[in-house]
Amino acid sequence: MAQDSALNTQDLRLKTQGLRTEEMILNMGPQHPSTHGVLRLELQLEGEIITKVIPHIGYLHRCFEKHAEAMTYPQVIPYTDRMDYLASMGNEFGYVIAVEKLLGIEVPQRVEFIRVIMAELQRIASHLVALGTYGADIGAFTPFLFAFRDREKILNLFEITCGARLLYNYIWVGGLSHDLHPNFVKLAKEFIPYFRPKIKEFNELLSFNKIFIDRTADIGILPLETAVNFGISGPMLRGSGFKWDIRKNDPYSVYPKFDFDIPVGKGEMGTVGDSWDRYYVRVLEMEESLKIIEQALEQLPEGDVTSAIPKRIKPPIGQVYARIENPRGELGYFIISNGTLNPFRVKVRAPSFVNLGIMDELCRGHMVADIVAILGSVDIVLGEVDR
Amino acid sequence: MTDFRNLQYLTLTETMREYLSNIWKAFSTILIGMKVTFKHLFVPAVTIQYPDIKLDLPERERNRLYVNMDDCIGCDQCARACPVDCITIETVKALPTEDLGKTSNGKKKALWVTQFDIDLAKCCYCQLCVFPCPTECIYMTNVYEFSEYQRENLLYSYITLTPEEIIEKKNNLAKFEAEKAAKKAAAEVKPPEKKMAEPVVKTSPLPNPPVNNKTNDTQKEKQ
Amino acid sequence: MIYDYLYKLTGSEILSMLIQSAIPLFLLVLPFVLVAVWLERKVSAHMQDRLGPMRVGWHGWLQTVADLVKLIQKEDIVAKETDKVLFNIAPVLVFAGSYAAFAAIPLTSAFLGSNIDLGIFFIVAVSGLVVTGILMAGWASNNKYSLLGAMRSAAQIISYEIPTMLVILIVVMITGTLNLRTLSEMQTGYFWNWMIFGGPQFGIDKFILIPLMIIGFLIIYISTLAEVNRTPFDIPEAESELVSGYHTEYSGMKFSMFFLAEYANMFAVSAIVSALFLGGYQSPFGYLGNLLHLPWLIPIEQFGWFVGKGVFFVLVQMWLRWTLPRLRVDQLMAVCWKYLIPIAFADLLIVGLITVI
Repeated sequence: MAQDSALNTQDLRLKTQGLRTEEMILNMGPQHPSTHGVLRLELQLEGEIITKVIPHIGYLHRCFEKHAEAMTYPQVIPYTDRMDYLASMGNEFGYVIAVEKLLGIEVPQRVEFIRVIMAELQRIASHLVALGTYGADIGAFTPFLFAFRDREKILNLFEITCGARLLYNYIWVGGLSHDLHPNFVKLAKEFIPYFRPKIKEFNELLSFNKIFIDRTADIGILPLETAVNFGISGPMLRGSGFKWDIRKNDPYSVYPKFDFDIPVGKGEMGTVGDSWDRYYVRVLEMEESLKIIEQALEQLPEGDVTSAIPKRIKPPIGQVYARIENPRGELGYFIISNGTLNPFRVKVRAPSFVNLGIMDELCRGHMVADIVAILGSVDIVLGEVDR
Repeated sequence: MTDFRNLQYLTLTETMREYLSNIWKAFSTILIGMKVTFKHLFVPAVTIQYPDIKLDLPERERNRLYVNMDDCIGCDQCARACPVDCITIETVKALPTEDLGKTSNGKKKALWVTQFDIDLAKCCYCQLCVFPCPTECIYMTNVYEFSEYQRENLLYSYITLTPEEIIEKKNNLAKFEAEKAAKKAAAEVKPPEKKMAEPVVKTSPLPNPPVNNKTNDTQKEKQ
Repeated sequence: MIYDYLYKLTGSEILSMLIQSAIPLFLLVLPFVLVAVWLERKVSAHMQDRLGPMRVGWHGWLQTVADLVKLIQKEDIVAKETDKVLFNIAPVLVFAGSYAAFAAIPLTSAFLGSNIDLGIFFIVAVSGLVVTGILMAGWASNNKYSLLGAMRSAAQIISYEIPTMLVILIVVMITGTLNLRTLSEMQTGYFWNWMIFGGPQFGIDKFILIPLMIIGFLIIYISTLAEVNRTPFDIPEAESELVSGYHTEYSGMKFSMFFLAEYANMFAVSAIVSALFLGGYQSPFGYLGNLLHLPWLIPIEQFGWFVGKGVFFVLVQMWLRWTLPRLRVDQLMAVCWKYLIPIAFADLLIVGLITVI
């Protein structure tokens, strides 16, 4: 009853005052061209300046963790695909590493190398979507289409290997579902020199454009200590100047064999940790991924990719936490097994979910028009946030 | 009155330099961007005009499912592998006198398949049903234009028996089973010669957490 | 000249005046707008490596006609609490403000809608109708966000009129006339007589003026780009910002009036810029009619040059739209007040000194 009357008076106040620039609550609703999915942001404004941002999530919740308890271990893999649908290879990779740790099996070297190639190609594809949509939110429509044109080439590579363009079900526990297509190595080797000048073109068109820099530099500055306290990972953390990458700091698979650099934000166009830094870290990461793919294609060993796949996956009782570097941050899987064919619990530590918590800190003090710029640099995918 | 001397933290030359460099940077980056888009005016389009022109899909393409019923032995592996339970299979045991023929890779068929429905509205195109099939009779084709106006039309039924034949097979089986049961009852009138051994009672420890019981295996405690 | 010809034809003053005023509208502006919408879609498509409209007519040139037919047959939705009178008048005002500018722009040497001596002043004044139209549209929509968008758009247009006027003053100081036809006639000859190259008087002034005129040209091009709400200044039209534009609540024919008015406005400002700086309807190389001794060919050629220059600047506007991201509202104002106006003032002072000396 008391709550009812409070709501009524607030409603009445807003209706009678209309545009008076006092504390106003604005809704950036679930359907919005710039919120990268169904995310509701409740903004409390004072005039044009934001005082509080409350994200409301759950519009895309599909009960992944509950489903996983009813499926057998191989059947969970199509479900993991669909969480972060723009980086499916990464999701599968993380899950498979966790189950393989539980089972204690080793996979052939060829399988490891192919998994790394796929994960890095997927990283490039995911970053292209992030950068393209970021440009489209800021108002530049052309880089969006250029990014998607280049992404088509990567998706074609995936299509000839496993038959699907977005949700692959390719990386299986103990191996892969198919070996590489005979044309894959040749096409991948052609992709690398095709893509390098495209990154340069992208930089010319968008990254160093003065208007874009004015829109994104010194916006949404994330101090390093806040980032570490919130548990931020991925390009957001590296944009604030900290060199932390799970591929180097907690290596998995065959990443120690490759020589690549970790780009960090240096505050070239503004303060360290602003939106431009996070954006530029993603651009530089695409270049590093190309390096990894080149080296992996050179060193690719022969072998059988399906030899280590167990017939029935029944891990012993236990629990495991495995994490990988997804394009959006640290993706972690915590699996409890009770000795049966179905996992007892699969908990996913989704990077976008954790990164979204920082919206309030970042947006305070900025104008409404900057929210779009900040949200685009956080780079969330609602499938991962809501699972 | 605000003290304007204290407000200034940049000298005049610095401000002028920043001002002019802003203008210069703006113009130069805009012109560079314009050059990029101008060059792209002369690049041929990368898109095709569907539906007049269609892409050639690769051979491993994963679109609509197809089942070759001549090869199906009714083993139910594909239905068990499906994560979304979109395949429904029902079989009727064939009588020992009936000959259903062999599959293309030499297996002898022993079951009449009386229901093989795939609900393509539920299928998630994951390909998990293709791999367990012992005769490779279920596979994914590259057909992707199969939209329907009614959702019920997406329930594909692959059996080759007519409804009358299904009823006939079921009746045959029921009759055979009844005859077998009658014969067995007649044989059991004779007294049993051997005593059955005592069943061994195994005490299994309680499972730690409640389990979705699909198997009956005992569990070993692992420290 | 056309007026006399029509008067001889029809014998009635009113009829010939009506036909004369309808000619630029129906023969030039409306066909141009139809072509411009198609051209924008094709240009943007080819810049993005794709094809654009291809199905309606050869390479989709009838697409605009199809869009107009679709918009005409749409239901005219009017929200309940709107101010009906203002709601209905707003698109008319915006439309009228954009098209009225064509009255004083000389299309060829033989045709000028109304030969008033106030030429440029009249054009800038009549473009002010657009501001009232936008404010009415925002207010009458009874929508918080439309009102905010309309106020921002009005602020943008009003602020950017100042650099426009300053640069026009520069040209007026040099030539001494506001009448656009006289301005165009003064730039006759070859292309080095154009204003952007210092004007027709040959002398040391001409060479000193060249860099100043080029700066003036750039300033007026940028500020007219902001007046027509094109990227990078298209905050009022952007859908990916939080506040939607002033024309959200309009549907059907009223929306298409806003739409057509934008493209007509683009052509009008391109025509004005080319008339002021690049010679209007004058050809840079001399006339074919002079070569072939066919005096009636010259106005047609001039018309061709006029349309060509206008279309060229419209194409550059489209090019800019598909290259650049959008400016935020406060940055937009900063560009106007901190950069364009001081530079335009400095330019004005220097040119004034040169003309005096």
